[in-house]
Amino acid sequence: MSSTVNQINDLTQQEYKWGFVTSIDEDRLPPGLNEDVVRAISLKKGEPEFMMEWRLKAYRYWATLERKHAEPTWANVKYPPIDYQALSYYSAPKQKKELKSLDEVDPEILDTYAKLGIPLHEQKLLAGVAVDAVFDSVSVATTFKAKLAEAGVIFCSFSEAVKNHPELVKKYLGSVVPYTDNFFATLNAAVFSDGSFVYVPKGVRCPMELSTYFRINAQNTGQFERTLIIADEGASVSYLEGCTAPIRDENQLHAAVVELITHDNATIKYSTVQNWYPGDKEGKGGIYNFVTKRGKALGKNSKISWTQVETGSAITWKYPSCILQGDNSVGEFYSVALTNNYQQADTGTKMIHIGKNTKSTVVSKGISAGHGQNTYRGMIKILKGATGARNYTQCDSLLIGDKCGAHTFPYIEVKNASARMEHEASTSKIGEDQIFYLQQRGITKEEAVSMIINGFCKAVFKELPMEFAVEAQKLLSISLEGSVG
Amino acid sequence: MSLLEIKNLHASVNGNEILKGIDLTVNAGEVHSIMGPNGSGKSTLAQVLARRESYIVTAGSITFDGKDLLEMKTEDAACEGLFMAFQYPVEIPGISNAYFLRAALNAVLKYRGQDEMDAIDFLPLLKEKMRMLEMDERFLNRPVNEGFSGGEKKRNEIVQMAVLEPKLAVLDETDSGLDIDALKIVAKGVNAMRNKNRAMVLVTHYQRLLDYIVPDFVHVLVNGRIVKSGGPELALELEEKGYSWTEPELAGKR
Repeated sequence: MSSTVNQINDLTQQEYKWGFVTSIDEDRLPPGLNEDVVRAISLKKGEPEFMMEWRLKAYRYWATLERKHAEPTWANVKYPPIDYQALSYYSAPKQKKELKSLDEVDPEILDTYAKLGIPLHEQKLLAGVAVDAVFDSVSVATTFKAKLAEAGVIFCSFSEAVKNHPELVKKYLGSVVPYTDNFFATLNAAVFSDGSFVYVPKGVRCPMELSTYFRINAQNTGQFERTLIIADEGASVSYLEGCTAPIRDENQLHAAVVELITHDNATIKYSTVQNWYPGDKEGKGGIYNFVTKRGKALGKNSKISWTQVETGSAITWKYPSCILQGDNSVGEFYSVALTNNYQQADTGTKMIHIGKNTKSTVVSKGISAGHGQNTYRGMIKILKGATGARNYTQCDSLLIGDKCGAHTFPYIEVKNASARMEHEASTSKIGEDQIFYLQQRGITKEEAVSMIINGFCKAVFKELPMEFAVEAQKLLSISLEGSVG
Repeated sequence: MSLLEIKNLHASVNGNEILKGIDLTVNAGEVHSIMGPNGSGKSTLAQVLARRESYIVTAGSITFDGKDLLEMKTEDAACEGLFMAFQYPVEIPGISNAYFLRAALNAVLKYRGQDEMDAIDFLPLLKEKMRMLEMDERFLNRPVNEGFSGGEKKRNEIVQMAVLEPKLAVLDETDSGLDIDALKIVAKGVNAMRNKNRAMVLVTHYQRLLDYIVPDFVHVLVNGRIVKSGGPELALELEEKGYSWTEPELAGKR
């Protein structure tokens, strides 16, 4: 048995492949956070008055939280206190003038994305995926703009949206995650520098997958991006995000906010493959991924579906949630979270049923290897008016080796007697007997483990868009290489 | 040259010596049955042959098709043509039977430097083998062994054997948990695979299986040693008298 455990360890010892640093000139603010810093960020971005006011309100509220040490401590993760005054809250690749086209983007940055396998040049984009690339805190390029505009879809950086579509931003910003929501979301509201914005007008089915690629490059900065997606009546859109960061010894803070809104009969599908730098084998360095993601199914018959594959980050604190307000609205959450070495993840979802006949599905697959600690935390809340609400939750944990942990905290709150709830949970160890069985049929140990894990995650992978599913399977194998040998 | 040559084999599990000097020669085309009471070491012998890592060989040698079996990795032994039908087939959730078996066959083909098979060529082959074992086509897309009944699992093992066409098949208690109808189906599948190039080792506790798969040789394993060998008639004698009558012989040798 012990030899299997050792081999399991070997397979998880694969190096992080996206850990390089790009050397570019950056425009950054000195460390520290106060009202002047918030103003400076807003001014640098040339924002209208309402944005600066909103940021300042958020900052003032956050300052009271910080004084009260109101940083959330309920999550099942451990990390030393963060010195928020030691971080720089703005870093951007230095640009001399406003970019007119992709050709003007710093070739070093384009090269970075090429290394990551994200071709930004539109002519190369045969897959038909429109990409917005966010480098450190600033959106550097959005592809396929013209084609999307033809369909009436707005897909641009958040900064551009603030300038060109202030009425939409004003109407929806903070309508799902208010700036008072939680410590990290409040911080984000004060200092967020960029992110993606999507508006799909009435009756439009977005003609291609939309995608944002986030890259942290600079040192000692936080990354605070904000994404806002609105699907108007009868509209639908599928959105993907990917993320990586260089290898650095110190921890870096990433506190993002995502808000989704669906009107009547609209659908948003949001997929994430999160691969921030997880830290080294001893647990040194890595990203603190403290993210607030929430969707509001505002309209009747609307649907919000989250799919996430979380393999990176030293610490993940993330609960993509759905507020099911419209009658017959549907919320889904499909998640694979992998923790290896000293990674910690506390992730799950909240499904808040408000409307009648609302329906939610939660499928969570947690994989722990090395010394990894993996926690599922989920809340299903059926409010009084949610007659006929239904929820199905399935929550499975897989352990690799004998030093890791899996934890499950399901909360269920039902205020309407007509609700139907199902909860299934399992914890299993990747068995020496399973590996032996596959090996006895001629399959190598590495392939055997990869096969067992892909089988375990199948219910989630099938929700991902095709190319992403393949990517996710590869990523999972790489992240686990060395953990089973 | 013999297909399988076991000499003075000693093996331990968790520090306990289970096999205490086994000698056994199996030639191509032969079917050998290893019988014995519970705890005699039958399954240990099967696991050692299949190269399970936790079963440690402390002395002796095993030659398989002219090569040193004990030098081979588990998957390499499989690719060399050694197949074990499991007593307790393992479930692999989320992986379909068809996908798994094609991956297995392709691993073997690749090892032998042959072209791998695509799904279009593979599917008819698999369906044919499944028909032989009277398995419904819905098992193609069911996850490996998940939710299968005991009998379905055992039949699935023989389907795998039929697809992989091993040189040596070790059937570990394939009859356990089978009702008489399922046993007949399994036996039919196994008998259909008997030929002059293939050998089989049937590990079983009961004589019942041997009514349907008639072996060329029967060996009685007691306390880690083969205490008696003979033809198929030996199995009948065991059925009649039980295993205890072999024990004095063992005691006598001491």
